[in-house]
Amino acid sequence: MTIAPPAEQLAAAETPLQQIWRAFRKDRLAMAGLYVLVLLIVLALLGKLLTEWWVLLDPATVRLPDKLRPPLSASSPALLPAQVPPWGIYPFGTDELGRNVFARMLQGSFVSLSIGFVAVGISLVIGVTLGGLAGFYGLRKWGPISIDALIMRFTDVVLCFPTFFLILTVVALLPPSIYNIMAVIGMTSWMNTTRFVRAEFLSLRERDFVIAAQALGLPEWRIIFRHMLPNALSPVLVSASIDVAYAILTESALSFLGFGVRPPFATWGNILADGRTFIFDAPWLFAIPGTAILLVVLAFNLVGEGLRDAMNPKLRKRSS
Amino acid sequence: MWRFLARTLWQRMLLLVFISIISHAVVHLAPGEPTEVDPMNPMMKAEDIARIRQAFHLDDPIYLQYIDWLRDLFTGNLKSFQNGLPVLPQIWERFLNSLPLFACTTLVVWTLSFPTGIHAAVRRGSPFDRVTTFIAYALISVPGFFLSYLLVLGAVQVFHLPVVGLYTFGSEGATPFVRHMDRLWHLVIPSLMSALTGIAVLSRYVRSQMLEVLDQDYIRTARAKGLDEDTVVYGHALRNALLPFVTMFGLLLPGMISGSVIFEQIFAWPGLGQLGYNAISQRDFPMILTLNFIAAALTLVGILISDILYAVVDPRIRLQ
Amino acid sequence: MTGGREALLEVRDLQVEFETDAGPVLAVRGVDLEVLAGETVALVGESGCGKSVTALSVMRLLTGRIATGEIRFGGRDLATLPEVELRRIRGSQIGMIFQEPMTSLNPVFRVGQQIEEVLALHQNMKPAAARAQALELLERVGIPSPTTRIDQYPHELSGGMKQRVMIAIAIACRPKLLIADEPTTALDVTIQAQIMALLKSLQQELGMAVLLITHDLGVVAHAAERVNVMYAGKIVEHGSVRDIFKRPAHPYTQALLGALPHPLVPARRLEAIPGRVPAPSMLPAGCAFCARCKHAFAPCGTEQPPLLDIAPPHVAACWLHDRKRASAAG
Repeated sequence: MTIAPPAEQLAAAETPLQQIWRAFRKDRLAMAGLYVLVLLIVLALLGKLLTEWWVLLDPATVRLPDKLRPPLSASSPALLPAQVPPWGIYPFGTDELGRNVFARMLQGSFVSLSIGFVAVGISLVIGVTLGGLAGFYGLRKWGPISIDALIMRFTDVVLCFPTFFLILTVVALLPPSIYNIMAVIGMTSWMNTTRFVRAEFLSLRERDFVIAAQALGLPEWRIIFRHMLPNALSPVLVSASIDVAYAILTESALSFLGFGVRPPFATWGNILADGRTFIFDAPWLFAIPGTAILLVVLAFNLVGEGLRDAMNPKLRKRSS
Repeated sequence: MWRFLARTLWQRMLLLVFISIISHAVVHLAPGEPTEVDPMNPMMKAEDIARIRQAFHLDDPIYLQYIDWLRDLFTGNLKSFQNGLPVLPQIWERFLNSLPLFACTTLVVWTLSFPTGIHAAVRRGSPFDRVTTFIAYALISVPGFFLSYLLVLGAVQVFHLPVVGLYTFGSEGATPFVRHMDRLWHLVIPSLMSALTGIAVLSRYVRSQMLEVLDQDYIRTARAKGLDEDTVVYGHALRNALLPFVTMFGLLLPGMISGSVIFEQIFAWPGLGQLGYNAISQRDFPMILTLNFIAAALTLVGILISDILYAVVDPRIRLQ
Repeated sequence: MTGGREALLEVRDLQVEFETDAGPVLAVRGVDLEVLAGETVALVGESGCGKSVTALSVMRLLTGRIATGEIRFGGRDLATLPEVELRRIRGSQIGMIFQEPMTSLNPVFRVGQQIEEVLALHQNMKPAAARAQALELLERVGIPSPTTRIDQYPHELSGGMKQRVMIAIAIACRPKLLIADEPTTALDVTIQAQIMALLKSLQQELGMAVLLITHDLGVVAHAAERVNVMYAGKIVEHGSVRDIFKRPAHPYTQALLGALPHPLVPARRLEAIPGRVPAPSMLPAGCAFCARCKHAFAPCGTEQPPLLDIAPPHVAACWLHDRKRASAAG
């Protein structure tokens, strides 16, 4: 007498994305970073809304009677009705022109974030393109030199330059504009992405699924974009997160030195630089933007590292 | 090994040529010809434009300008705009000032990162590991100038400690011993602050390298032989984990040159960074160009040294 | 139990636990093993059955934790021995070779250095004497031109040669027990035969016992005297080589043998075992093999069978051999 074996019990299938998310969720620091980032994006969008369209908080309103008020202080009765802040208090105090620091920080959040995202966007486009070309077409020659060698030598050259110094040079020589800054930061941070993508493509190219796709006669662009690229993106995501952090830091450094975005745009770097002069009379003007930058950059770094750990099964926690 | 080195040397020389071309191109091909009369830009006056056009032979085609620049540079005729004096001696003098700062920073970074990283890897998951991880993230994220600025202010205004500059003003008359100690003292704080980010990054990298090596089969073999844990970690694991750091050594240089721009401003250190900053503020093109080129060339030398060290240290390369 | 020779290694009720994302999981669920002085005992099973974990836990080279159990060697319990004393046993009284020779040698040290290290550690040999001994060892394990090879780096050697170096390191101090964890799995078939022959001759020369972990029944047939068959973290059958191959008592063993091609009966259909090895976190209440067993009946799904006597020392963990229950089922 026999008992028929029961149907195979398989665990519910999980896509790689779900696996990564599950691993990511376990890292408390990374989750904390994610919450901060979500909060930041919400604030940035809200900030744009509240300071430019449905103007509730105007960052540009000058209120001379209310100069250099500390955080959470009430507005003075000498103000005109149009100048009174919502609920009559300044959550972050005022600066030397009586401007609402909270409003400026909100506005600045959108600008700082967009600088970060656009700059990294540019660097990603450049990096993925160059890395993909080098990895996939690597051994084909263009004249006397192979494409891989050409791209990698070029990358090596650019890596030799002191990045910040280069950025400073270009930014100082160009007409000051936020778009120039985004472009320059983007054009000097693609090198690591290129290396990662190239390395991934080189190893993916030998994998069976790529060879199978080629054997089926799929056109090259389809193989690259539809099959290889999704697999190559994991180190790129990690790097992108950390690069946004770096871009925000760079922008604030540029502003600190006086070469950043000019008024009327407020970025956190700007506010920080302006606050330098009043550090003893109004320390909050320096401390608040500095701490904000620290928190946001920390959040991006934590999320990036969390992603890296979540995507690399070898680094997950094990008992020893 | 010699063939490897010869090939490396040749490649690096080629890179040097490209670096010079790119340095040159950055200034001249950036959109917005620098000498365009820009009525909004208060820094460009008519006399400046005339001077620039003449010194730069800007009416010549660009490759001629390039040759002119190189020729002037290597014959020592390249003159700065700010004071009409030759560029190279000024750079050399400032380089001598920056060198102790570089050296001290590197020393601090490397001596502190390795023990921290190794210990964190060996005691993975322990309180030490978690605390140092968090501190590392925080240090990477904090805007360096933020922390340094606060520190300088605190030290100078509150504690009345002399921390800025090369030496204490008025100490020239003291005995050699006192003067040397004074200079050493002035070296410590800037080096420490410059080193902070480097320590954070490097110790994390050391940790991840050690973790990867400790996971390898040959470490299990070492334990199976009955070796004690210290020998396994420091004798077997470390030797393998160190290999990639040898190559990293050369790439640290651009970071330090970049970082010095900000730190030298804050600490009033008359080095290359400050020279660069002033040159950029004053539109001193010869100086800017040359600094960029020299910085990149120095990096190249650093990479070359790394290549040589790597060939010596890794038996797999040595025996080809 | 076997009278005559004394037990060199006795493992009693070994349970090994690992931390997983789903909580702690037992990879080894109560294993009893014995190795007598000078004999070769095989531990056989599919990938994932826990045999490597068992082998690694003898010298505590694991990442998991020994939850309970005793590992008696030389009158002491290795499972609870302080680390300092365990290290004195590792490499000198117990030697171990691993499955992956390609990655088991340190790439930045010369071959000679890696052998001399263990000699210097346990026998306090001076460099000159150690080098001479290393040369002898290299020759003994069958490496040609040992004087050249001794100064080479691992990447200059082939897989088979690397495994020979591993063996040299493991036997350098003439251990009483050699644990061989799938020593030939990663090697070509011809090299496999050479390595197994080398192990046999070394065993005879040094009088050492060998605990051989493998999934290859062919190797077992040639090399072992006694065999333990393992499934899902437990020993399911144990006996002499003849018993196991001629009169396999557990359905799993029978199925394993049934899956082997027979050289004299070319047209016989190979039997695959339906289903899969259950994951350690999803084990059924009764016998772990129940779901895949052709002969499963009433008690199999609910109670785990202990090792029952077939013809002592041959034992198997299967209810079929419990006369009372088997007859009750008809």
